[in-house]
Amino acid sequence: MLLIPCPHCGERPEIEFRYGGEAHVARPADPSALDDEAWAAYLYLRNNPKGLHAERWRHIHGCGRYFNVLRDTVSDKITATYKAGEPRPDLPATEAAE
Amino acid sequence: MSAPFRLAQGGRIDRARPLGFTFDGKSYSGFAGDTLASALLSHGVHLTGRSFKYHRPRGILSAGADEPNALVGVGRDQTRYTPNLRAPQVELYDGLVAESQNRWPSLSFDIGAVNDLFGRFLPAGFYYKTFMWPRKAWDHVYEPKIRAMAGLGRAPTAADADRYTQRYAHCDVLVVGAGPAGLAAALAASAGGASVMLCDDQAEFGGSLLSETTATIDGKPAAQWIADTVATLRGRANVMLLGRTQAFGYYPHNSIGLVERLTDHLATPHPDMPRERLWTLRAREVVICAGALERPMVFPENDRPGIMLAGAARTYANRYGVKAGSRAVLFTAQDEGYRAALDLARAGVHVAAIADLRPNPDGELPAAARAAGLNIMAGTTVTGTRGRLRVSGATLGRLGLDGQVGQSQTIACDLLLMSGGMTPSVHLFSQSKGKLRFDETIKAYVPGQSAERERSAGACRGIFGLAAAIEDGFARGEEVAQAVGRAGGAVTRVAVTTLAAAPGVHLGAAPHDRDAATVKAFVDYQNDVTAKDLALATREGFRSIEHIKRYTTTGMATDQGKMSNMNALGIVADALRRDIPEIGLTTFRPPYTPVTFGAFAGTSRGQLFDPVRQTAIHGWAADHGAAFEDVGLWKRAHYFPQGGEDMHAAVARECKAVRAAVGIFDASTLGKIEIVGPDAAEFMNRMYTNAWTKLESGRCRYGVMLREDGFVMDDGVVGRMAHDRFHVTTTTGGAPRVLAHMEDYLQTEWPDLDVWLTSTTEQWAVIAVQGPNARKVLEPLVEDIDISAAAMPHMSVRQGRICGVPTRLFRVSFTGELGFEVNVPADYGRAVWEAIYQAGLAHGITPYGTETMHVLRAEKGYIIVGQETDGTAVPDDVGLGWAVGKAKKDFVGKRSLARAEFSKPDRKQMVGLRTRDPHDVLEEGAQIVANPNQPVPMTVLGQVTSSYFSAVLDHSIAIAMVRGGRARIGETLYVPMPDRVIAVTVVDPVFFDREGVRLDA
Amino acid sequence: MPETAAIRQGAFDQLAARAAAVTFTPCPPAARFVFRGRPAGFAAAGDAFGVALPQTACRAATTGSRSALWLGPDEWLLLAEDGAVAAIEAAFADRLGQQPHSLVDVSHRNTAVEIAGPAAADVLNAGCPLDLRLEAFPVGMCTRTLFAKAEIVLWRTDAQRFRVEVWRSFAGYLWGLLDEIRREHAA
Repeated sequence: MLLIPCPHCGERPEIEFRYGGEAHVARPADPSALDDEAWAAYLYLRNNPKGLHAERWRHIHGCGRYFNVLRDTVSDKITATYKAGEPRPDLPATEAAE
Repeated sequence: MSAPFRLAQGGRIDRARPLGFTFDGKSYSGFAGDTLASALLSHGVHLTGRSFKYHRPRGILSAGADEPNALVGVGRDQTRYTPNLRAPQVELYDGLVAESQNRWPSLSFDIGAVNDLFGRFLPAGFYYKTFMWPRKAWDHVYEPKIRAMAGLGRAPTAADADRYTQRYAHCDVLVVGAGPAGLAAALAASAGGASVMLCDDQAEFGGSLLSETTATIDGKPAAQWIADTVATLRGRANVMLLGRTQAFGYYPHNSIGLVERLTDHLATPHPDMPRERLWTLRAREVVICAGALERPMVFPENDRPGIMLAGAARTYANRYGVKAGSRAVLFTAQDEGYRAALDLARAGVHVAAIADLRPNPDGELPAAARAAGLNIMAGTTVTGTRGRLRVSGATLGRLGLDGQVGQSQTIACDLLLMSGGMTPSVHLFSQSKGKLRFDETIKAYVPGQSAERERSAGACRGIFGLAAAIEDGFARGEEVAQAVGRAGGAVTRVAVTTLAAAPGVHLGAAPHDRDAATVKAFVDYQNDVTAKDLALATREGFRSIEHIKRYTTTGMATDQGKMSNMNALGIVADALRRDIPEIGLTTFRPPYTPVTFGAFAGTSRGQLFDPVRQTAIHGWAADHGAAFEDVGLWKRAHYFPQGGEDMHAAVARECKAVRAAVGIFDASTLGKIEIVGPDAAEFMNRMYTNAWTKLESGRCRYGVMLREDGFVMDDGVVGRMAHDRFHVTTTTGGAPRVLAHMEDYLQTEWPDLDVWLTSTTEQWAVIAVQGPNARKVLEPLVEDIDISAAAMPHMSVRQGRICGVPTRLFRVSFTGELGFEVNVPADYGRAVWEAIYQAGLAHGITPYGTETMHVLRAEKGYIIVGQETDGTAVPDDVGLGWAVGKAKKDFVGKRSLARAEFSKPDRKQMVGLRTRDPHDVLEEGAQIVANPNQPVPMTVLGQVTSSYFSAVLDHSIAIAMVRGGRARIGETLYVPMPDRVIAVTVVDPVFFDREGVRLDA
Repeated sequence: MPETAAIRQGAFDQLAARAAAVTFTPCPPAARFVFRGRPAGFAAAGDAFGVALPQTACRAATTGSRSALWLGPDEWLLLAEDGAVAAIEAAFADRLGQQPHSLVDVSHRNTAVEIAGPAAADVLNAGCPLDLRLEAFPVGMCTRTLFAKAEIVLWRTDAQRFRVEVWRSFAGYLWGLLDEIRREHAA
């Protein structure tokens, strides 16, 4: 079970959270301006990297807040968490070889 | 009964407390402190099981979790029966009943042993090669037969009567294993006040030291040092000791699974005591002190009962006071084997010979054996054994300088000890995703790069000597104390005296002069995988150990390769002439030893499996004979049968009562969300298809919610309580989903909106009063609300008081009748319900359940999200196009609705269906076709989504989703059923009061 | 004099100690609100309620019969004496009139039970995954979390005393589990 550092509540066990998919996928300001292809890309296309992934989690059984997590999808190591709306921290896409 | 192999003294058993038990129906005796294995051995019983494939007689091989042969079923009765327990781990209690497995009719005469004679026809990959053809035979002949033969043990037939419990726990340091390194690590880790948990799978702490009779630590016998150390640890408030506790799995972020056995060792457990406790532990630092397992030697016929690991025989003698035999031969490739031979000789076992594979054994232990007069045969292998149900002799062959077997001799023995080397237990480390490293000097995998906050100490990382292991434990313990900020200073070191042992470096099969194509030299005992099976796999082209494992099943038995993996690697490496690291290593997966389903289930069983949610009115419904149905986690009154009515009769009566007089219905489970703030209307505009800005306070609107992909997600009536306050209702099952969906948009897309969401589902009990008499029933109970048709029209909401308590009174209808939904604070729900019911009796009030609610709404063509919709319906498909605010610039799902796909005329659209025979009730889910005579597979036009018999209309009604349905109104379509074809006419989905005049009554 | 003579143990003592290892007591009815808002209104909200809203995450503050529990960065659970609903609503309307906020009555949504005794934390850890050791979860700490499959608000009111708030339909499940877990402490 992962230990996820909620930016508000501190480290909490995974079962208090819900996964929210890839982070930084903003809803277009004017969806009607998008053609079908662009809209479909917004709806359905997501990155699924092997390595560092910026993703949304919600502390649903805690403070209820959505926030963002940088997690390595291979090692499950969480390198950063930050509040919704904040920019992705500037970290290399994969962990340095240890 | 006497136990001829029990020593007169010594060991940790309590000879003052004799215990009786039975094995395969025969009575035996043992002592407190015994295991089933040690007690059986005290009676000279080695034969305890049959192997899986060849059904060969097998004996007790080990003294711990690695036991592959002596698997037994133990049970107090059918409700407390566990198969596949390892006899060396079963603690004896008075009255224990155990039985052997995988044999018929008996252990000593087993029909299945015929497989052994035909062993040449059962090579590696036998199943894959033999049962390939004909294909059909696999399903009907081979698989059922194999299934009948396969499987170890017998599953219990009755429900488990035991309790199980679970705990979450946190500590600074977890020490896994309480052997010499673990005890030392726990001492050092806890010295500065860090919270330390120390767990060990055995009943007593001490690990390998429990079998130690000659070494001294800190100037005292090992047993005394254990006792003193445990007492010290017990005296520290920051230390928690968990005996009988197996650390079975290492999970991400230093989460460790432990299972603690609480009652299995007790003759009469307290009925309130759980059998096991599952711990989900989070430790800041973990010290793994899992020790090492001895490897068997791989030589022809190395599996007869009486052939045993040397260390196991030493444990039985030293710890349990049991001689595993009278006349022993030791086959060893390492010094450690000599320690067993010396201790056994001291216990009175005649050690007839020590066959050492090495040409020049010269360490302290061989020297001691020589001094004790033991017969050491250096450069000697074992080429075969004799005996059927018990070993009776071993053939020893001298190895020449060329490695060939020369002169042989057979030595009589009833005990053949094996000591191939030590394999560090790296299971937990490997589960933690740490990288293993092959250590050439000890020919074993040891922990390399860590992935988690853990470290290993002692034998599990290849540090084998007692003094070194204890020192390693102290050092690692000090490190973790430092790491958690609770350093206790250097721990006083202890002096250790013991004979040193050089590590063994032998892996794989021992040389022999037998026919390699026929002799069986076992690698994996339980699965009957031999050295020649592995060699065959390599000849057939397998190169990766992962593939060889699956092809031969080596390492796939219940011991998960604890006994076999390293020898298998050695044999494969030899066959392929490659280095061991090139062969790879199979993955270690949890659990380390089998964990019961009960432990994982914990208290989640029976009534406590899931929350059973009940409304405030539940008790009244139960008192009035309601039948309940599960809706999500809720119990909802399904119908209220009277005087022996079945469901159909009850529902027919309830439906008629609502249409003719008035019904009362518990709608409390409807999801409710309070949306409050200056931007509430703007938020509603964005979340729902409808327009909300102009909705006045005190009015309601039916809202439709879409997902961003345009499909209907939920619906419900929304009341505007004030300019900045909406009372939103959702479907019963949709409440959490809708709230989460709203929170997602609010928090991450529009955090600038001044609006907040609060779940109020359980704040309000909701009493639906529906039917022509509804107003008459409520009027006298409502204190300060004018509920006349003029003052309170359909789709309005008022706040006031009813029966003396606050209410939000909605005039809404899901039945098509004049209706109200009385919301009152939940604790008052039952009292208000009863008051309304009493007042309603004069007006023919009838309680109704969810089934009647469904029929009534279907008569009106109202959809149920999740019944008419299936996640692929847009509003227009289900006749809700009118609810979409075309003028709104944007709302969730709007852009998707603009896709051309969603306006195609052949989309599935909601229609009604009438059957020719009014009493034919279609099956929900039935498929609809245009031509029932077309060949299969037919072109399906759609499916029935709701179907009932309408007592009010006196004919069946159905709602269906049909391709181009609205254009087909009037057409005849067909519903093919297994026994007949039902013709249906496509009709408008509103069957009752199409004009809606009753709503506005 | 030998030490043992000084320790007198009555026949009931051990039995009573076991029985008292943990007790469950339903809390009396209370007025409850969920308050949400913008930081500019937090101080006024505290004034209106009579308890300054704690700004530290997962902490509760109590003044007299009223307590404010931090549940999220803009969310508090307010607990007050039964019957105070109307007065509290009026006070908020008065003090926060123009400040954007949300005050929602959840008096009947939640119900509460007090879990007390030396084994209280251990019993809670049978279903709650949090670290409930006093140093990690001190007196005054409160949070939404889980107890098995029920969401709860857990508030430590004393070293060996917790208040558990739960939605009313989960009360039977919560009580059933607690009762089951208590058995092992009494055994």
